[in-house]
Amino acid sequence: MPIHTEPMTINVGPQHPSTHGVFRLRVTFDGEEILEVEPVFGYLHRGTEKLAEERTYVQIVTLTDRLDYVSSMINNQAYCLAVEKLLGVEPPLRAKWLRTMVAELQRIASHLMGIGFYLQDLGTLGTPLMYGFRTREKILDLFEMLCGARITLTYMRPGGVFSDTPPDFWPALENFMQELPSEIGEIEQLVMENEIVLVRTKGVSPLSPDMAINCSVSGPVLRASGIAWDWRKMEPYDAYEWVDFDVPVGANGDNYDRFWVRMQEIHQSARIIHQCMEHIEPGPVRLDLPLVFRPEPGAEAYGRVEASKGELAFYMLSDGGVSPYRCKIRSPSLINLTVTEHLLVGWKLADMIVTLGSLDINMGEVDR
Amino acid sequence: MPVQALTGAELAERLSAGVPASVERWEEEVVWVDSSKVEDVARFLRDDSSLDFQFLNAISAIDFIEYFDVVYHLTSFRLQHTAVIKTRLHGRESLSVPSVYHVWRGADFQEREVWDLMGVDFQGHPNMKRIMLWEGFEGHPLRKDFL
Repeated sequence: MPIHTEPMTINVGPQHPSTHGVFRLRVTFDGEEILEVEPVFGYLHRGTEKLAEERTYVQIVTLTDRLDYVSSMINNQAYCLAVEKLLGVEPPLRAKWLRTMVAELQRIASHLMGIGFYLQDLGTLGTPLMYGFRTREKILDLFEMLCGARITLTYMRPGGVFSDTPPDFWPALENFMQELPSEIGEIEQLVMENEIVLVRTKGVSPLSPDMAINCSVSGPVLRASGIAWDWRKMEPYDAYEWVDFDVPVGANGDNYDRFWVRMQEIHQSARIIHQCMEHIEPGPVRLDLPLVFRPEPGAEAYGRVEASKGELAFYMLSDGGVSPYRCKIRSPSLINLTVTEHLLVGWKLADMIVTLGSLDINMGEVDR
Repeated sequence: MPVQALTGAELAERLSAGVPASVERWEEEVVWVDSSKVEDVARFLRDDSSLDFQFLNAISAIDFIEYFDVVYHLTSFRLQHTAVIKTRLHGRESLSVPSVYHVWRGADFQEREVWDLMGVDFQGHPNMKRIMLWEGFEGHPLRKDFL
C-alpha cells in the first residue's frame, strides 16, 4: 500500500563530512527517494583567474597548486604547458620525462584519495582510506625530496621543472615502486570483490555515454561510461607519446565502474612511471627563461592535460605584458558536476553520498 | 592517432553552407560567427555528420574594454578533431548571446559562470543566475573595470 508522504527539502552541507569540501546539495526528498537536486557552490571561490591577471607568469604557478590541492603536480603541468604554448617554447627532454613521471605519481595519490573517500562514503569506516593515505604519504615524501613541499608543490616552471632530482631520490622512488603493487593489492583484495561494495554500487546511478558527452564530462567518469578518451593518448604532451599504457574503460558507467576505472588507472600510472625511470637520461631540466617575460601581444594558447579528475585546461591570452591578459581555467570537477541531478534523481539518500563520492570532485577546483 | 585542429578556412566554408550568414571572418584556427546565430551554429556543428562536435570543452569570455569575446572550444570524439568558435559582443551594458544549453548540457555551469564573473547574459538558459558569488553581489569581478 503506497504511503502518502510530503516532499521535504534538505540542505546537505555546506559543512558536511561527505561533501568533500564546502559544498552544498539542496535536495528534495519524497521519503527516502530523491525528487530534485541542486548543487550549490562558490564557498571556496578565491578569484584565481582574477589574481592571475595581477601576477607574473612564474608567480601564477603557485596559484595553480591551490586549485585541485590533492593533485598539484598535474595543475602545474597544465599551466606550464599553456604558457609554453603561448611562448612557443619546448622544455628540455629530461624535464619532459620528469614531469610525466611526477604527474603519474600525483595521479596515483589523487586516485587513492578518490577511492579512499568514496569507500568511506560507502561506510567502510576508515580502513581503505587509511591504506590509501599510507601509500600517498610515501608519494608526498618523494615530492618533498624534489621540491621541499608536500601539497602545494610548485615543482614545475614554464620551460621545465624547478630543479633536478637529488641523488637520494632515485633509490627512494625505486623502493616505493617495489612496495606499490602489494599496497594496491591489499586495497583491491579488501574491496574489489567485497559483496557489500558490489551490491551497493553495481548498477547504481548509471551514466550513459551520450549523456556523458553531452554534459561535457571528462576523465575517469567519462571513461567509466565506455568512452576511451584520454588526452594523454589523443593529444600527447610532455613524454606521453613515448610511453606505452592502456586506457581502461567501464561498461555500464555506474558507481562501480567509476571506482573500477580509477583502480585500473593506478596500475597504468605505475607502468608509465617504470618506463620513465627506464628512459630518463641526464641533461638540463629547465630552459633559460627569465623570471619575468612578456609573450607576444595577442598570443593565445589553450593548454590541456588529462588531470586525475578530467580535462584540465588553461586558456591564456597575452597583451604583451608581464601578466596574462586573461587566464581562464577549465575545471574538470566543476563541469563533471553538471550530471549530479541526472545521476541522483530517483535514487535513495544512501546512494546520493556514494554517487557524489564516485564523481571524485575537489572543491578547490570547482570554486577556484 | 592524435586529434587534429580544423582550420578556420575549412570550418568557415562548411558553416557558411550549413547556417547562412553566420560566419563573419576566420583566422588560422578560429572562426568568428555572428553573435545572434550562436545557437544555430552550435546545433549545426553538433549534428552535421562530417563535423560531429558532440563535446563542448569550454566556454570562456574575455573583456577587451570596448567589446567582449566569447570563445567556444569544441571536440569531436568520433572524428578526432577540434575547433574554436568565437563571437564578439560590442559595448559593456546588457550584453547577451543565445545560450547553447539545449545543444550541449555541459554549457549549464559554464554559461552561469560567465554571467556571474563577466556579465554576459545567455538567452534561453533555464537557470541563469550567479554560481560562484551570492545573489545580490554587485558587479562582475572578472571585468577589467571591476578593480
